[in-house]
Amino acid sequence: MKDRLQEFPGPSRRSAADKPPSRGHSGFPRWLVIAAALLVASCRQAGIMDPQGPVGAAEWLLMINATEIMLVVVVPVILMTLWFAWWYRSSNARANHTPDWSYQGSMEFVVWSIPALVVILLGGVTWISAHQLDPKAPLDAQVKPLRVDVVSLDWKWLFIYPEQRVAAVNELVVPAGTPVAFRLTSATVMDSFFVPQLGSQIYTMPGMTTHLNLMADNPGDYPGLSSQFSGDGFSDMRFMVKAVSAADFDGWIAQVRNSGSALDDRGYADLAKPSSNVPPATYRSVDMKLFDRIVDQTELDAKAGAGD
Amino acid sequence: MTDTVAETAPEDLVSGRGGGGPAATRTVVAYGFWIFLLSDIIMFSALFAAFAVASNRTAGGPGGEQLFHLRNVFIETMCLLLSSYTCGLGTLSAERQHRERFLAFYALTALLGAAFLFIEISEFADMVGRGDGPSRSAFLSAFFTLVGTHGAHVTAGLAWLLYMVAQVWVKGLRPRELRRLLCFSLFWHALDIVWVGVFTMVYLIGGR
Amino acid sequence: MFGRLTWDAIPFNEPIPLVTSAVLIIVIVGVLGIITKNGWWPYLWREWITSVDHKRIGGMYVLLGLIMLLRGFSDAIMMRSQQAIAVGDNAGYLPPDHYDQIFSAHGTIMIFFVAMPLVVGLMNFVVPLQLGVRDVAVPVLNSVSFWLTASGALLINASLMIGNFSRAGWMGYPPLSELAFSPDVGVDYYLWSLQISGLGTLLAGINMVTTILKLRAPGMIYFRMPVFCWTALAANMLIIAAFPILTATFVMLLLDRYVGMHFFTNTGGGNAMMYVNLFWAWGHPEVYILILPAFGVFSEVIATFSGKPLFGYRSMVLATLAICVLSFMVWLHHFFTMGAGADVNAFFGIMSMIIAVPTGVKVFNWLFTLFRGTVRFETPVLWSIGFMITFVIGGMTGVLLAVPPVDFVVHNSEFLVAHFHNVIIGGVVFGAMAGYNYWFPKAFGFTLDERLGKASFWCWLVGFYLAFMPLYVLGLMGMPRRLEHIADPSWQPLLLVAELGAIVIMAGIFLQIAQLYVSIRTREQRRDLTGDPWNGRTLEWATSSPPPPYNFAVMPQVTTIDAFWEMKQSGRTAAAPDYEPIEVPRNSATGFLTAFFAVITGFSAIWHIWWLVIIGLLAAAVTAMAFGWTDDREAEISAAELARMERARPSVGLSP
Repeated sequence: MKDRLQEFPGPSRRSAADKPPSRGHSGFPRWLVIAAALLVASCRQAGIMDPQGPVGAAEWLLMINATEIMLVVVVPVILMTLWFAWWYRSSNARANHTPDWSYQGSMEFVVWSIPALVVILLGGVTWISAHQLDPKAPLDAQVKPLRVDVVSLDWKWLFIYPEQRVAAVNELVVPAGTPVAFRLTSATVMDSFFVPQLGSQIYTMPGMTTHLNLMADNPGDYPGLSSQFSGDGFSDMRFMVKAVSAADFDGWIAQVRNSGSALDDRGYADLAKPSSNVPPATYRSVDMKLFDRIVDQTELDAKAGAGD
Repeated sequence: MTDTVAETAPEDLVSGRGGGGPAATRTVVAYGFWIFLLSDIIMFSALFAAFAVASNRTAGGPGGEQLFHLRNVFIETMCLLLSSYTCGLGTLSAERQHRERFLAFYALTALLGAAFLFIEISEFADMVGRGDGPSRSAFLSAFFTLVGTHGAHVTAGLAWLLYMVAQVWVKGLRPRELRRLLCFSLFWHALDIVWVGVFTMVYLIGGR
Repeated sequence: MFGRLTWDAIPFNEPIPLVTSAVLIIVIVGVLGIITKNGWWPYLWREWITSVDHKRIGGMYVLLGLIMLLRGFSDAIMMRSQQAIAVGDNAGYLPPDHYDQIFSAHGTIMIFFVAMPLVVGLMNFVVPLQLGVRDVAVPVLNSVSFWLTASGALLINASLMIGNFSRAGWMGYPPLSELAFSPDVGVDYYLWSLQISGLGTLLAGINMVTTILKLRAPGMIYFRMPVFCWTALAANMLIIAAFPILTATFVMLLLDRYVGMHFFTNTGGGNAMMYVNLFWAWGHPEVYILILPAFGVFSEVIATFSGKPLFGYRSMVLATLAICVLSFMVWLHHFFTMGAGADVNAFFGIMSMIIAVPTGVKVFNWLFTLFRGTVRFETPVLWSIGFMITFVIGGMTGVLLAVPPVDFVVHNSEFLVAHFHNVIIGGVVFGAMAGYNYWFPKAFGFTLDERLGKASFWCWLVGFYLAFMPLYVLGLMGMPRRLEHIADPSWQPLLLVAELGAIVIMAGIFLQIAQLYVSIRTREQRRDLTGDPWNGRTLEWATSSPPPPYNFAVMPQVTTIDAFWEMKQSGRTAAAPDYEPIEVPRNSATGFLTAFFAVITGFSAIWHIWWLVIIGLLAAAVTAMAFGWTDDREAEISAAELARMERARPSVGLSP
């Protein structure tokens, strides 16, 4: 520190008559540098920039590629805008001015072709990727998919494992490396099931069933949320996806079967009452037909006490 | 006008390319009213779309087959179509300054329109009385709204007709009244066109 | 007697709406008091409130838009502040039900009561002047349209003081907006205020299309119309085709809520997906209704301030019409994640990209207008350059969102929020500000202060980037939209930057208010005495500033595109023109009264005061019938009187 003070005439050495140091030594406000550094540090890879499954990885790659293709046009356009505006400013005597030039067929052709070509290219990419990454399409994998039924409630998530006959709230445990085939619905209003690091989201809608296929490549904890606004408790509709090894998953299922209560009709009616910030919980057993009954809405009144 | 008028090539002022200057009031008003009618038809198409989506969503309740009496629909359709005819005759009479004939034909139009409404309202009241009102199912909501919106337009049309008759009675058949009668008759005929869509889609197709 | 309206409706125990309402009431009473004290009511009634002059009505639209910008922006800065501080354990200062009303009001106000009035106002003021005619097709209807829009704005502000606003977002998706989940008056305020203003907008659209297609100066064939008139035509055709869909959709939701129907409910066979489809079938054309006139403004400004004709006029027209048609074929891109299947998603994705082609053509044509021009950097040009750069970024992220699998990971995230603000602020708002600065001297006879104008531009530009670029990153990091509090603290630094951006934009808004104030105070220094302060190209500059009520004493004969430029080049001047008597429409209180009764009808419908609804509707009908019965609706100005008025005006550079 002392060496540096000897190198530069620091503020303590200046006399009052000197110009006050309005900026830092390098000419840049120090606070601006620190702020920028903090910002860059906070832009760490997270969310969809840190995909942990094949769907998310494909989508992130697609986004990067499409952006790069478009930047090829966008960057020159921005530069040309700034250049033309500045170079052809009225005070610039050196610039060539042609005040009557308002049409040229060749320019016309180029001007239509550039966007058209980009769009044709991206259009092809769109067609192919929309089919490859269709949420309904099962994933390529050697392993048989795990089936999970998802119900969005006010304001928490219910996960039913129809083959294992257990259920969980706000915590989704899945085996890593195994595709998960979701059926989704809502018991109340529209929500959207979204785990950014695993990829595609899909709406959940009352009376309807949507389908999604995702996979977590590696064990880990991946935050999930709802991205369709659903009311006062919306901000708390967070859940955690816990991808574990296949063995650990079996162990978890066994443990769930031996603890907690059953998700019977009464239990479901209690769960369906509006609540938020619900801590993760599990149910030792659940009716295999619960999901279908929620979709049909014939027997269960999902909104406690409110008719319409 | 300046000297340059003479320099302007006469072809440019031909209205074929839209260079004839501002159009006459009658043209402007009729054109604008046509556009309004087109917008109204778009509103109806949204209601038609809703009906199409809801046509089999009867929530366990009755569908068109159980509810519609096609004989009544036929009668009300004839009333409405005939009223369009009398409206046309009335408007033509007005254009020719035949005041009494105009009043007679428009009176007939009003009667036929009222008959249409009477049959429709009876149908609605009957259904509601049996518990098959618009809150029974999505299908019935769409039915009552689509057909009811058309009926509301007919009602408004009848009110407008009475107003026009009063105006003509007091003020005569001046260009202003004739413009408005033109608009009214466009409106009345458009309601006919919409009704053709309604009875086809709702009663004939939806009634199976 | 008063339906469900009780004293509880006034937010006595909610400090924020209470204080805001109190301030609003004080301001309104203060303004009304000043007007009364100065005896300005007769002037206001005669010259503005009952005016059917498109120039006055356009001015009132713009004023409405700018005032509502203050309300919509207050909502914005409240949201930004809440998100910046409510991280982790900190609950912020807005409970969820307030926050939810604020973001719902923000979107609704900005789209319907800021952006729409601003572009409709500019079109209203400029189009008849550019077409060389005296007014729109039906001037009284124009007044009705404005006052209906103002009624909607009044109702939505009433929700702050009496009752509450919708908590279902600006889109109002069911089932959340149905009675079961939104039983209070909020959604009803939303629906009624938008139905009333929507009717006004539809009527304005019909009026404007009829004007552009049937009322033009002699010789002005279609391909001699200014580009702004073409974009106005396309935008108004979209209004006519799209707004009826919104009307029908809201009718259905209102019927669900009022009569217990089942269009979109969870029970009875309702289908919420249908609402989403119908809403966006309106909603996508709506954004083109907003942007096309802005594109028109930029075409006019860039050509004028480059001293060159717009490059590629015909392809600009073709591109405008292509955008108009294509805008009806892309609506599903607003809900790729609803699960329509790959074929449907891919089709709509590709159609959405195709729209980028005519838009790209427009950008290139603006570039080539600048190319080899003589560019002057007044405020409108700054807004235009800022637009060109900002909009292409927003367009790029739009094309990204049009790729369904990409949309699957950023739909409803802050990435989406950043995209649409990018194009709406960078496109529509910048265009409105450019148009406001550009045509202000024509409307009021003096230019706006340049220094404050430029300062406000820079604040808006820098503020925009600071406020919205972090949102792109936050969306990529997994942050959804509409969060009332934030669980992940790593999002906070970017949210703080966004808050800073909002503050810088606020500075820009204050500078614009200052610009207006200072410009009025020092207006004599910047009087526009020639009617043509910018060396313009189109016919509005051929009149004095402000133009006389009848615009043109003698309608100009048009022989080319850029009719006024041609007149200046060829040195056409009038010796004493042959004046003929002209007719000008008289003022009418019909618009104002219709709106008054619309407010009564809407308010009483919201609060279920049925007898008052009937009275309101009947009164509106009686007003219309009374208007229809009056005969004496136009005043004649004799040739001699016309000659006298023309001689008395400040001399104009040219008269046709």
